[in-house]
Amino acid sequence: MNTVNDRSRELAPFVPSPDDDMLICRCEEITKGEIRKAVHEGMWTMTEIRRYLRTGMGLCQGQTCAKLVKAIVARELGVSPAELEPATSRAPMRPIEMRIFANEANEAKEGQDDE
Amino acid sequence: MSKTAEVIVIGGGIIGCAVSYYLAKKGVSVLCLEGSDHIGNGGSSRNGGGVRQSGRDPRELPLVMYGIRHFWKTLSEELETDCEYHQDGNLRLGKTEKHREILTGLTERAVKVGLDVRMIDGDEVRRINPYLSEEVTCASWCPTDGHANPLTTTLGYYKTARKLGARFITGEHVVELKKIKGVLRKVVCASGNVYEGETVVLAAGYASRKIAETVGIDIPMQSAMLEALVTEAQPQMFDQMLGTAEADFYGHQTKHGSFVFGGSSGLEDFTKDNGTPVCYAKTAPCICRGIIKYFPNLADAKIVRTWAGWMDKCADGVPVLGKVGEVPGLVLACGFTGHGFGIAPAAAHQLAELITTGRTDVDLHDLRYDRFHAKI
Repeated sequence: MNTVNDRSRELAPFVPSPDDDMLICRCEEITKGEIRKAVHEGMWTMTEIRRYLRTGMGLCQGQTCAKLVKAIVARELGVSPAELEPATSRAPMRPIEMRIFANEANEAKEGQDDE
Repeated sequence: MSKTAEVIVIGGGIIGCAVSYYLAKKGVSVLCLEGSDHIGNGGSSRNGGGVRQSGRDPRELPLVMYGIRHFWKTLSEELETDCEYHQDGNLRLGKTEKHREILTGLTERAVKVGLDVRMIDGDEVRRINPYLSEEVTCASWCPTDGHANPLTTTLGYYKTARKLGARFITGEHVVELKKIKGVLRKVVCASGNVYEGETVVLAAGYASRKIAETVGIDIPMQSAMLEALVTEAQPQMFDQMLGTAEADFYGHQTKHGSFVFGGSSGLEDFTKDNGTPVCYAKTAPCICRGIIKYFPNLADAKIVRTWAGWMDKCADGVPVLGKVGEVPGLVLACGFTGHGFGIAPAAAHQLAELITTGRTDVDLHDLRYDRFHAKI
């Protein structure tokens, strides 16, 4: 269910923090400071953060950093992490070569030899 | 919280965000309502990123050409966001005589409107992009086309508009427009909130149809699902935007190194609509088979993600833009038919001009809402 969210609501001011250089998303090398700054630029949902910064868009697809990113965004917004919807999980679950993925049509053909 | 602004924009996609930006820049008070929980959650974040003139209908070509001349080159600086715009040309590829006919037809129509686009043979195609297979025998080549990042561009417009004072409210689902004394004035939401403005811009993609109907305007469009996928990062290969005569796939290599490709299975008109765009199991493998024929050396590139999105497919394939005679105060911006990203800056800028000055630099007459007629 969608909730009405006024994006002009004032947040607490952005205060630089000593650990802003810490890498949170290892695959895409996004730091804590970049995530915090993005919230203050208006990116208030996990989906918007992901699309804006690429957190969770690398090889692991956010399986490592999603919880950490969520905690940082929630703290910056002053809400509980439970209030933030996770970004959508996307197929395939593991990276898969195009050559293999493309074989889908062969499975239905009986008697066809595998490579 | 005030529920009144000079302009109410319905739809927080790239069109809505960009209209809000150009209006806010002129000092107009703007309130933008987005039905979903996220800014840019429809086609704006799900498209293939083409910033393309070639292959377009001559009725919308002048508008996109205006946008490429005036906005795209400086957009990253203007929005303080890396839009990853590349202007390295578009190859629309062909393999057969039938493809050559299609491409030649598109090229001739575009040249008449003044676009620099020409037909080239397979060898010249491979001089521009040496990774293409021998199956490619011809292409249309438009050197001023390109691509950009739709995610950062859309959010960049949002960020900058917000900074200029435009107000955005997400999760605010518009259900009805209301006139007062013959003039559009109120925007009613499912939450019960009612917003008021002198002008209402309707840029909600396919959802615009149901909203416009509440003031008696019907725009002949349907939703159709399209799918896309992205590979892991690859070594830098080429910078052109690619498409095909058969429209079986399109895409480009991003700044990040990954390849974004869109495509279709041919079953799009019959995909399920359970309210959210979910990838169809047959489509991504089909796109992969298509790509491998054109780029044999991408066969081992790994797909990391697939996604789907709705497009607002207009009856005649070009958007509906501008004011509505029967509903003073209403401005339409919908029906972009799956190619609304590249044209968005120009469309939004011209609508902001229309709202503030009553005039546009590009003639929008061919894109009027009342252009649709029965066949006999």
